[in-house]
Amino acid sequence: MSLQVFLHYLPSLLSGFGVTVLCWSAGSIIGLAVGFVVTLLNRLRFPPLHWLLRVYVEILRGTPFLMQLFLLYAGGPFIGLRLSATAAGIVGLGLYSSAYFAEIFRAGFAAVPQGQIEAAMSVGMRSWDILFRIRAPIALTATIPSIVNMLVILSKETVVLSIITVPELMYQMQTMAAETFTAFDAIFAMAVFYWILVEAVSRAGRRLEIKVTAFMAREAAA
Amino acid sequence: MSAPMIEIKRVSKSFGPLQVLREVDLAVGRSEVVCLIGPSGSGKSTLLRCVNFLETYDSGDIRIDGRLIGYRDAAGGRQPMPARELREMRREIGMVFQHFNLWPHMSALQNVAEPLKRVRGLKPAEADERAEAMLKRVGLADKAGAYPGRLSGGQQQRVAIARALAMQPRLMLFDEPTSALDPELVGEVLEVMRDLAAEGMTMLIVTHEMGFAAHVADRIAFIDSGRIIDQGPPKKVFHESDEPRVRQFLQTYHDRNSF
Repeated sequence: MSLQVFLHYLPSLLSGFGVTVLCWSAGSIIGLAVGFVVTLLNRLRFPPLHWLLRVYVEILRGTPFLMQLFLLYAGGPFIGLRLSATAAGIVGLGLYSSAYFAEIFRAGFAAVPQGQIEAAMSVGMRSWDILFRIRAPIALTATIPSIVNMLVILSKETVVLSIITVPELMYQMQTMAAETFTAFDAIFAMAVFYWILVEAVSRAGRRLEIKVTAFMAREAAA
Repeated sequence: MSAPMIEIKRVSKSFGPLQVLREVDLAVGRSEVVCLIGPSGSGKSTLLRCVNFLETYDSGDIRIDGRLIGYRDAAGGRQPMPARELREMRREIGMVFQHFNLWPHMSALQNVAEPLKRVRGLKPAEADERAEAMLKRVGLADKAGAYPGRLSGGQQQRVAIARALAMQPRLMLFDEPTSALDPELVGEVLEVMRDLAAEGMTMLIVTHEMGFAAHVADRIAFIDSGRIIDQGPPKKVFHESDEPRVRQFLQTYHDRNSF
């Protein structure tokens, strides 16, 4: 690939990268929020609701993301849900990831030692305070590595959005490849962008993890 | 005569087919220190946990300062106590656990101050001030900013005691407070408890520290298979018990601790 060709396509690749980052971050925020709510609702131990949420999680985890995306984008209008490709991509990514985030949060909550909850009960704390001051912070701290891992996976899942014509990085790369007959160069350019994104996410995640779990160091100064 | 601080009457409890408490009677007077001893699995921790209703009991009464805990006697029989009332009662009952159960995401100071803010409704500055005073009292003024993971077991347990004391409870429950500690850290925790007893705190203590029990307790209650089979002043239970099970238990204890 000549530098000239690359520079010619750089603006569209950069815009594709921007769309990828937008879809990934907005989708992740939706996924984290919905997943957290699903986990909290499950904790209410209301059987019909529990069953419904179980079905929700199983369907989203048990079917391919591509299929879910098609259903949302192409099937949505049949139930009056008209979304632009990018909006459908963001919502789809959000719902898809919410099922995984819900499982991560569930495991985090299950890992909170019962004794720490009993200590809060024994001083007469309200269940609301126990949930948000004790249970949730301990659970979330424990889930940070899994969440970062999921965010990295999601950043690469965004390539699927190109199928429903979201103008993200993969889509721009395909356009470039088709117009210049330089498949390999285009893919290489794309890989560099994804690598930058993944590297940034995992580095930020590691820093967060070190910062948040610094106090968890066990018996360091015993 | 006023009601005892803790009054346990004919309390029974089963875990499925296993009956762990069988019609237990026990009273702890104001400023009295009672140690519960007995073999593991005898039900002593379960009994202690029933006193602040962390564990439910099936029948009988447990009254704190005259008030039934966990249940409300209604026309149609006994009903669970409303959560708000249970919380009100638990505020007055300090509890110290075997595994400390400090909140790992909070510093020592925050662990002590958090219940003051959330439960007692103190302003942050007041809560921190009282928490500092409590940490000073258990000899940990210099560890206020340390997280539990950076403290030794003995220090963690002293923070846990400060957390319970800061609530200004009317009585304190201790569930094997030194069982998870290295032997050389046991003393610092027992010392804090001894001071507390000397100040007149009502205390119910499950422990395997027979020496401590002998010196600090006003009364020893020996539990075996869910029953209190002997109780009285330490001297009587430790040296003059007529119960073969008590003598056997103490003999085993002495054999293990002499070398």
